[in-house]
Amino acid sequence: MTDIITILYAAIASGTIILYATIGEIITERSGILNLGVEGIMLMGAFFGFYLAYSTESLLLAIIGAAVIGGLMGLIHAFMTITLQANQVVSGLALTMFGTGASAFFGVSMVGKTLKTSFEAIPIPLLNKIPVLGEILFDHNILVYFAFVLPVIVWFVFNRTKWGLALRSSGEEPLSSEIMGIKVIKIRYIATIVGGVFIGISGAYLSVAYSKLWVEGMTAGKGWITIALVIFANWNPLIAYGGAYLFGGLTQLGLNLQKFNIPFPIILLKSTPYVFTLLFLLFISIKGKRSNLPKALGESYFRESRG
Amino acid sequence: MKKLFWIFVTIAAVMLIAGCGGSTAKGEKLKAGFVYVGPVEDAGWTKSHDDGRLAMEELDFVGESVFVESVPEGADAVRVITELAESGCDIIFTTSFGYMDPTLEVALQYPDKTFLHATGYKTAENYTNYMGKMYQSKYLAGIVAGNMTKSGKLGYVAPFPIPEVVRLINAYTLGAQSVNPDATVQVLWTNSWFDPVHEKEAANTMIADGCDIITQGTDSAGPQEAAQAAGVYSIGYDSDMSMFAPTAHLTAPVWHWGVYYKDVATKVHNGTWTNEPIWWDMGTGVTGLSPYNEVVPQEVRDQVAEVKVQILENDQIFTGPLYDNMGDLRVEDGVALTDGEKLSIQWFVKGVKGKIPNAK
Repeated sequence: MTDIITILYAAIASGTIILYATIGEIITERSGILNLGVEGIMLMGAFFGFYLAYSTESLLLAIIGAAVIGGLMGLIHAFMTITLQANQVVSGLALTMFGTGASAFFGVSMVGKTLKTSFEAIPIPLLNKIPVLGEILFDHNILVYFAFVLPVIVWFVFNRTKWGLALRSSGEEPLSSEIMGIKVIKIRYIATIVGGVFIGISGAYLSVAYSKLWVEGMTAGKGWITIALVIFANWNPLIAYGGAYLFGGLTQLGLNLQKFNIPFPIILLKSTPYVFTLLFLLFISIKGKRSNLPKALGESYFRESRG
Repeated sequence: MKKLFWIFVTIAAVMLIAGCGGSTAKGEKLKAGFVYVGPVEDAGWTKSHDDGRLAMEELDFVGESVFVESVPEGADAVRVITELAESGCDIIFTTSFGYMDPTLEVALQYPDKTFLHATGYKTAENYTNYMGKMYQSKYLAGIVAGNMTKSGKLGYVAPFPIPEVVRLINAYTLGAQSVNPDATVQVLWTNSWFDPVHEKEAANTMIADGCDIITQGTDSAGPQEAAQAAGVYSIGYDSDMSMFAPTAHLTAPVWHWGVYYKDVATKVHNGTWTNEPIWWDMGTGVTGLSPYNEVVPQEVRDQVAEVKVQILENDQIFTGPLYDNMGDLRVEDGVALTDGEKLSIQWFVKGVKGKIPNAK
């Protein structure tokens, strides 16, 4: 029993890394912009967050700094793909390469440094006394708690506010939206920047709160898992919970299967996020269900050429 | 446009001449190239090789040395090694198991250059492999761990189930059991040489399970950080990792590749180099233990020093009776494993908790 609690507790902590990034990417993609720069933005967020936490010893500054650098990377992507109408795939891949290289370059001085302060677990009074659930859910640091409520907020904004409607319609029918008076370009800019902010924060959570260390390339493919997870979550922030914690749990499960001597090829576990995503796509097409894939995702939008 | 073309041609020509000039102007001086599997700042395996490279550079007949880091094992390595050969390197060191075949492939195309591959087993006229008997130092580290553990449960974060890694886990376990017969070693595979986050998760899993000394065969400092944060002890690997875990880090079995790199450079320079595979023992200084944490008692240090002398006189680490972790007698009483058997070992000794994937 304690083993299961330990695994689930660790699954929540590790799933939070991709949950932030997934929410960020959902916001961006819902507006019609595909951002494949997640891996690079996460690394930049991880490095700047760690750097600020180390040099200023202020955790708040670390998170703000990572958010700002994430937002800036988002801004670059927005400028390239919206204003300059560059190919979204190419621009995103370029961001990944840039972020990977730049964070490694600047990060050399931070390798091997130890943080003096980090996010401590804050048990929530009363709730943490609930048997099992309390131990798993309510003894984490503040970033994990914020990740509990973030998808709900984003879901609410998407489905219950005018702004959310405008964002979703920009991703579906930009031209019609524009005719209806929605400023598609402005919406997409904001969505790409805000998406970058959360991806940046996911990086800072990884380096400052989760692993408490910085090394180049430390995301080890988590950015790509995020992109698969967005599809798996059907662009729905609420399903993203399940996906993120499930994938977080799979890593923990892999380690624990070994502990109990259960012969399971661990290498296969690493590919499960992608297998799940494929199965999901298969399910959608067999069932003939409509996926939430934004219709205009990945397409450049030319305001001048109406029709 | 035409003007641009001629400017381009001129630049290319100048670079070509400068490139050729470089190799002749240095005359007799050697140029060495290194291929690394991880980043130089990994604080582990790759760093230990880079320290060796810098030590070799101090020799006055070594002109310069260059390195390429984070090179994927496989086809990409062929390209990198070829580029090093083309750029005028006389000696090329490739420092990970997966470079064995790529290096051989390039070595056959450049017969006048010397190629050396760490941790492999293939050779050619101008190509050989080199390694140190790290298991001897791991055994000593095991003695430290066996003395310092309270729970008797040791944790080992392991990369891939290859003989090198299995041998080191066995030696560490035997070392611990030599002073603490009931000690067990839990092994968790990460299937990666360098993944700090996952290595840390593996270490945390074992700490939660009651392991009170964490060590590793992987290259990053992740497990050290985990031990430091959890308040248990740790034993580093490859390089001194105490900067990551100032109070947890007891010691680390480390590589001093400079000793070997200087030797190779000297022999190639003198023309006395042969392609005989190298497996140096602890006495050459190519492996050893890093400085102890102050919490390691003097008696333990003395004991380690004593055993070290014994091993150098007569290495009986892998001498029977040895049982595997399924309880079968693998090595009869008084029989010693041959070097070949040590190099291909694919079973865990008694007391190791874990499985070797794909092993019979």
